[in-house]
Amino acid sequence: MTNLALSNLAYLVAAVLFILALRGLSSPTSSRLGNLFGMVGMSIAIAATFWIGENLNLLLIFIPLLLGGSIGIYAAKTVQMTKMPELVALMHSFVGLAAVLIGLAAVFNVFESHSTVQRFELFIGAFIGAITFTASVVAFGKLSGKFGAKPIVFKGQHLINLCLAIAMVVCGIIYFQSESIVAFIMMVTLALVLGITLIVPIGGADMPVVVSMLNSYSGWAAAGIGFTLNNSVLIIAGACVGSSGAILSYIMCKAMNRSIISVMLGGFGADVTADIGGQAERPVKSGSADDVAYLMSNADSVIIVPGYGLAVARAQHALQELTTKLIEKGVSVKYAIHPVAGRMPGHMNVLLAEADVPYEQVAEMEDINGEFSQTDVVLVIGANDVVNPAAKTPGSAIYGMPILEAQKAKMIIVNKRSMAPGYAGLDNELFYSDKTTMLFGDAKKVVEELVKAI
Amino acid sequence: MAELLTIQNISIFVLAIFVGYHVVWNVTPALHTPLMSVTNAISGIVIVGAILQVGVHNGELITFSNILGAIAIFFASINIFGGFFVTQRMLEMFKRKKTKVEKPND
Repeated sequence: MTNLALSNLAYLVAAVLFILALRGLSSPTSSRLGNLFGMVGMSIAIAATFWIGENLNLLLIFIPLLLGGSIGIYAAKTVQMTKMPELVALMHSFVGLAAVLIGLAAVFNVFESHSTVQRFELFIGAFIGAITFTASVVAFGKLSGKFGAKPIVFKGQHLINLCLAIAMVVCGIIYFQSESIVAFIMMVTLALVLGITLIVPIGGADMPVVVSMLNSYSGWAAAGIGFTLNNSVLIIAGACVGSSGAILSYIMCKAMNRSIISVMLGGFGADVTADIGGQAERPVKSGSADDVAYLMSNADSVIIVPGYGLAVARAQHALQELTTKLIEKGVSVKYAIHPVAGRMPGHMNVLLAEADVPYEQVAEMEDINGEFSQTDVVLVIGANDVVNPAAKTPGSAIYGMPILEAQKAKMIIVNKRSMAPGYAGLDNELFYSDKTTMLFGDAKKVVEELVKAI
Repeated sequence: MAELLTIQNISIFVLAIFVGYHVVWNVTPALHTPLMSVTNAISGIVIVGAILQVGVHNGELITFSNILGAIAIFFASINIFGGFFVTQRMLEMFKRKKTKVEKPND
């Protein structure tokens, strides 16, 4: 067999291992083996490339590989779990950047000329890569608060984006016909700008969707490069990542009751904040940690609804302690997770897992919504919109959004720092219900007080 | 011949989308964050394309393309190592739980 045939066989093995890596994530127990499959697949794919690469300069491979590898491992070991969305956004941008660089390298390679089909594929790979790169950098900035999470909206925004997109396609066509390097660079530059202008109008609340979407783009960019190089493992891996990101975007959009189009057009919150103006102060029932601790330890069943406010206050560990104490007293405790409870899909699950909450105690929205009506006490911590019964009222800004039906429980305890509205800018009827006791204060302090009082 | 190759690529691409679609719907929602980080690592497969750009033609000096390829290798490696290791770190957290469940009994 020729080297080319052998390496293609190895690529097939690698692609199958990548699919098994994704397959493994169907349950926490099989997931670690899956991750191992992924690592082996990657090693095989890289080794196979040495077979077909001609006159490879090993220094140019191993120096950046070791450097990048060490940075990657360092980041993986040190990143805080609350900062996962930022890390993921940054890594999306690297895929995009690498795709652009590979496209440019192929275009600048004087030893090769490209067929029209290849030029078309180069165009696709490079422009998706370029958009992914700058869009992910902006998303990273918004998530980490470096650029401010506020959407930047101005008049004629969509027109500008459209013009940029048309100009980019025109440059692509010029390159396609003439193989002009200048046109290719122009095209990449326009795509880089477009990546920025597409993301700036999107607000912080929509970031889970944006991160998922960019996950998808990074996959398509990899697949695009695979087409250019006629490389099957790149195409397969890219397509799997692309569809994975697309599914996550769909799940996030559904959970937030947003359409992908309205997220892309941006400006979330701008049209609904009018609702809260002129709202008179309404009385709420507020209680002390001791009262609440008494209620909880005498309950048969407790459901905890954590929101991102919990992670911000770093109260996960204290909450886990509280749960353990309650379970020792014979109370059944479960966590109810809304799909957008964190800053990215599945984020809250990871934050709870980090705090040693057994995953058997953690239930997804669809599985637990039926249980609220038989539950004695629901403890809502740092969450707001995801338990807002207004989602059931036609005409409300969040009408139709799936919520955790905390209002059905016999008693509801809400921990919040203040009565400020959530991201959607809406007042929450649940807080004024006579079944609800408000427990004001920092989540961590409050939970620690509860632990002491039980 | 070139068209045939492209058609083959498109066939692989379309079938892989179907495989990806079905496999990912089976991923438990609790593991969506590790799913994202592992796909980050898998996207690092672009390193294969980057490696193919650092071929130095007989006796020639290192070209601009080679340098671009090397930079691409750098960024792809961050993804590969960072992605797989951070996924492993997260999945370990989901493991520790199993033993902790029995703790209250002993």
